[in-house]
Amino acid sequence: MKRPLSWQIATVVDVRPETAKVKTFTLELPDWTPHRAGQHYDVRLTAPDGYQAQRSYSVASEPERNKEIDLTVEHLEDGEVSSYLHDVVIPGDQIEVRGPIGGYFVWESARGGSLLLIAGGSGIVPLMSMIRHRAAAGSTVPTRLLYSSRTPEDVIYYEELQKRRAIDKGIEVFHTFTRARPSGWTGYVRRIDHQMLREVAEPLGEGLQAFICGPTLFVEAAANALVQTGIKPEQIRTERFGPTGGSS
Amino acid sequence: MADRFISRGFLGKRRQPDVAGRVPPGQYVVNDFPVLSAGPTPRTPLDQWTFTIEGVVGESLKWSWHEFLQLPTQTFVVDIHCVTKWSKLDTRWQGVSVDTLFEHVELDPQAVYVIAFCDGGYTTNIPLADVINGQAFVAYNYDDRPLAPEHGGPARLVVPHLYFWKSAKWIRGLRLVETDRPGFWESLGYHNRGDPWKEQRYSGD
Repeated sequence: MKRPLSWQIATVVDVRPETAKVKTFTLELPDWTPHRAGQHYDVRLTAPDGYQAQRSYSVASEPERNKEIDLTVEHLEDGEVSSYLHDVVIPGDQIEVRGPIGGYFVWESARGGSLLLIAGGSGIVPLMSMIRHRAAAGSTVPTRLLYSSRTPEDVIYYEELQKRRAIDKGIEVFHTFTRARPSGWTGYVRRIDHQMLREVAEPLGEGLQAFICGPTLFVEAAANALVQTGIKPEQIRTERFGPTGGSS
Repeated sequence: MADRFISRGFLGKRRQPDVAGRVPPGQYVVNDFPVLSAGPTPRTPLDQWTFTIEGVVGESLKWSWHEFLQLPTQTFVVDIHCVTKWSKLDTRWQGVSVDTLFEHVELDPQAVYVIAFCDGGYTTNIPLADVINGQAFVAYNYDDRPLAPEHGGPARLVVPHLYFWKSAKWIRGLRLVETDRPGFWESLGYHNRGDPWKEQRYSGD
């Protein structure tokens, strides 16, 4: 029997806005174990009469940070748990969590290789953990992030990504905007497609490891297009969330 | 025992009072159909698709897609529960009961587990007792239409009383085995059996 993953009561030590709809919550954990970049935690809320709701959130921070994790959470319209986190939770509050969870959508610097990270919207969160882990571990593996957002205002971690592309060795960041572009923008302004993936992936060579995270349809499209560029399915790991957009 | 922890200011939305008894602990009801899988969606042309029953059976068996469609079809309306917390009620499938498939082979009494194996390399292990007696089926239609590739088409296993990762997408066969061996997610920290009513999400739950 493996050690059960126990619930623990974390303390919120910081809450900060990332975009209009996204906040990062820093939690201090009494029973901390380092996560692997890409893993998530479960959050459980309990009402006075015992009613409970649970959701999973990816860890945004690097595992090198001691006793603390950042969870970056998008406020979903009508979201039972995300609404509570966004509208109610302030520093000093306590939140019940357990984790880290998930052993496949993970990257560790020891693995090396070159990295292709593809994010749609808040799908950036587990990939940001990988980027931060890469820097904290002193890794310089060639890394390219392709990040699709609706508008410039929707880009999470924009400042930090700008800083990292300047300072972290061997990392390149490509944004694409699907609804509105910044003024003077000369980069990509469309949904991720075969051509874009080829341009971004090619310099990484054949042995790359790809991680794709975002809404279901985004991941489906990006993964299929990536396979078409000649990347083998076993080089591609995906994490999907959210509705299918009505189709089933 | 410590007092139960209460989340300050949390009341919950409780949108589903009428279905309360059908939703396992920690789950919430969705109306759409989320997709979760670990890699790209595999695509096997139907003329190359086969379904195999192998392992500790008298003689292993293989159906082509055409032959598989000739097997007796049933309609199943079931509630499904994903370990990522969503549940979907009254999903409607057509396919072949695992009982029907097993009528065509001789089950060895030594067989106590089945391994579902799939395009893309996915596997999941399930006690034999959990897939017989009307508890599991191989589906190729969803809502009267061919099952979409992202949902596991052309065919997926459905074992509605266990967490949905046991309902292997892109299934290509069942292997009967004498000893249990963890499958894909079962080797990566998820529970070996995955009963949603006991909230068996992760190893040790």
